[in-house]
Amino acid sequence: MSRVRTDYEKTLWRKIVRFVNGEKDLFDEQSGFNVETEELEDRRHRNFFEEAELNKKKVQIAELIEERSEETEQRAVKLYERFYRLFAVITCVAIIAILLVTVANLPDYGDPDNPANNEVSKKYIEDGIKDTGAVNIVAGMILDYRAFDTLGESHVLFIAAVCVMILLKIDPDSEKGKRFISLENDRAYEPKNDPILVWATGILVPIIIVFGIYVILNGHLSPGGGFSGGAIIGAGLILYLNAFGFKKTERFFTQKTFSVVSVSALLFYSISKTYAFFTGANGIHNIISKGTAGDIISAGLILPLNICVGAVVACTMYSFYGMFRKGGL
Amino acid sequence: MQAVIDYISSNLFEGVAIILFGIGFTTLFLHPNLIKKIMGLNIMDSSVYLFLAAKGFVFGRKAPIVTDGVAEMESYINPIPTGLVLTGIVVSVSVTAVMLALTIRLYWRYHTLEMDEIMQIIRKEGK
Amino acid sequence: MINAFTFVLLGFLIICAISTCFCKNFLTSVIIFMSYSIIMSILWMVLESPDLAITEAAVGAGVTSLLFFVTLKKIHSMNDKNNEDNKAPMDEKEKDRSADM
Repeated sequence: MSRVRTDYEKTLWRKIVRFVNGEKDLFDEQSGFNVETEELEDRRHRNFFEEAELNKKKVQIAELIEERSEETEQRAVKLYERFYRLFAVITCVAIIAILLVTVANLPDYGDPDNPANNEVSKKYIEDGIKDTGAVNIVAGMILDYRAFDTLGESHVLFIAAVCVMILLKIDPDSEKGKRFISLENDRAYEPKNDPILVWATGILVPIIIVFGIYVILNGHLSPGGGFSGGAIIGAGLILYLNAFGFKKTERFFTQKTFSVVSVSALLFYSISKTYAFFTGANGIHNIISKGTAGDIISAGLILPLNICVGAVVACTMYSFYGMFRKGGL
Repeated sequence: MQAVIDYISSNLFEGVAIILFGIGFTTLFLHPNLIKKIMGLNIMDSSVYLFLAAKGFVFGRKAPIVTDGVAEMESYINPIPTGLVLTGIVVSVSVTAVMLALTIRLYWRYHTLEMDEIMQIIRKEGK
Repeated sequence: MINAFTFVLLGFLIICAISTCFCKNFLTSVIIFMSYSIIMSILWMVLESPDLAITEAAVGAGVTSLLFFVTLKKIHSMNDKNNEDNKAPMDEKEKDRSADM
């Protein structure tokens, strides 16, 4: 092994490198080449006062130039703002006028012969109940015919939750996090003991959550489905959090719950749909029977997919609120 | 006058959707405050959804939920815009949440939400 | 063809949108935005899309407005009478926080 050199900075190679990089003169510290040093010192002493005066003048001129440039810049900013406002108003008015004229030439509202009511919607309506087994045609469309669209959309929700977590998460164990939390009021996250809020929440939250579960489970039979039911459950959880505080909700909903529930729901969705992708468009329908239309357990995969989407949406809504409120779940 | 009445009777919902779009767009352009800008973007979002859903509506037909086993196109409205808008509403919420989180970070950094003041501070720091 | 109820709803929709943009107080404008979402969810029922009505009522009027409220609480402008107070010099707490982040 080679010896570690402590005087690495003084070696010739290092000096050459620094000279090539333009950081320092190669022969500056070597006395043999600095013959004129004394003479230079002399001259410096002589010129000291002149230089000081010169420097003063330079500073004054620089200040003057700065003031001038600030003035001109402010004038430019004002001009720019005026131009921006004028241009923005013109753009907005022009866009609204063009769009309103365009709307006048569209086909009539509510006309059965609209070009939008073409063979695609005819296929969905007439064959929907036969193909998917769902009474609600919209649920059958977004979770069976166009299930990949919904898969991407639930991933968008998950990614948005992760982004908010990156932006607003505060680690309570680190130094910064401790200082940050101590800056806030100690009971800032825990609610005051408000009897009206607590009693009303105790009555309302079970009803809201049961209604949300009903909306999710009946997604293929009645209006609703994963998105609306999940949002209702998330709103119920937020109400519970506001009334009883983070200490109570941490018993059943932590960061781990969030990651486990949403990741397993997304995994189940992806696996069950990519299976059909690999085996042909209608592969899995040969295994799971569609049942009689109108029953709760019918319509093949639509019911479990609704539950998955609902779980993802509820977790996302609750985690948004927790992140905004406290910086953690 | 007759033209206006024709316009209202033929395309009222679409016209209102365009006006809402204009209101949201103008707010997005001209209001200096960031939270108001986000509200304007939300109004633009919902106006586009209103336009789409109005295009799928047909007079005298019902919501696309099969009742009594009648599966004919003549009795239900167009289900495609409904499906598109359903996914769009939930995505707009997540976009709003991300934008509000960015706004909070901006406030922590610059202690203001007015776009002009933030731009001035950035220009001063850049010197 | 289009009944009077729809006309009234659409008028309210435009009024709500305009007053959301012009209102000085943030809290008031968020509440007006909430009512805008609720009117929108009634309009979905008029347009025969009950799925959208449920989703808009839960998501647009519920969760979005809640997020706006929490943001207003975070930036300490909830109790302000008007916009002028927002420009007050920052206090000690704010300075400490800015050093942290």
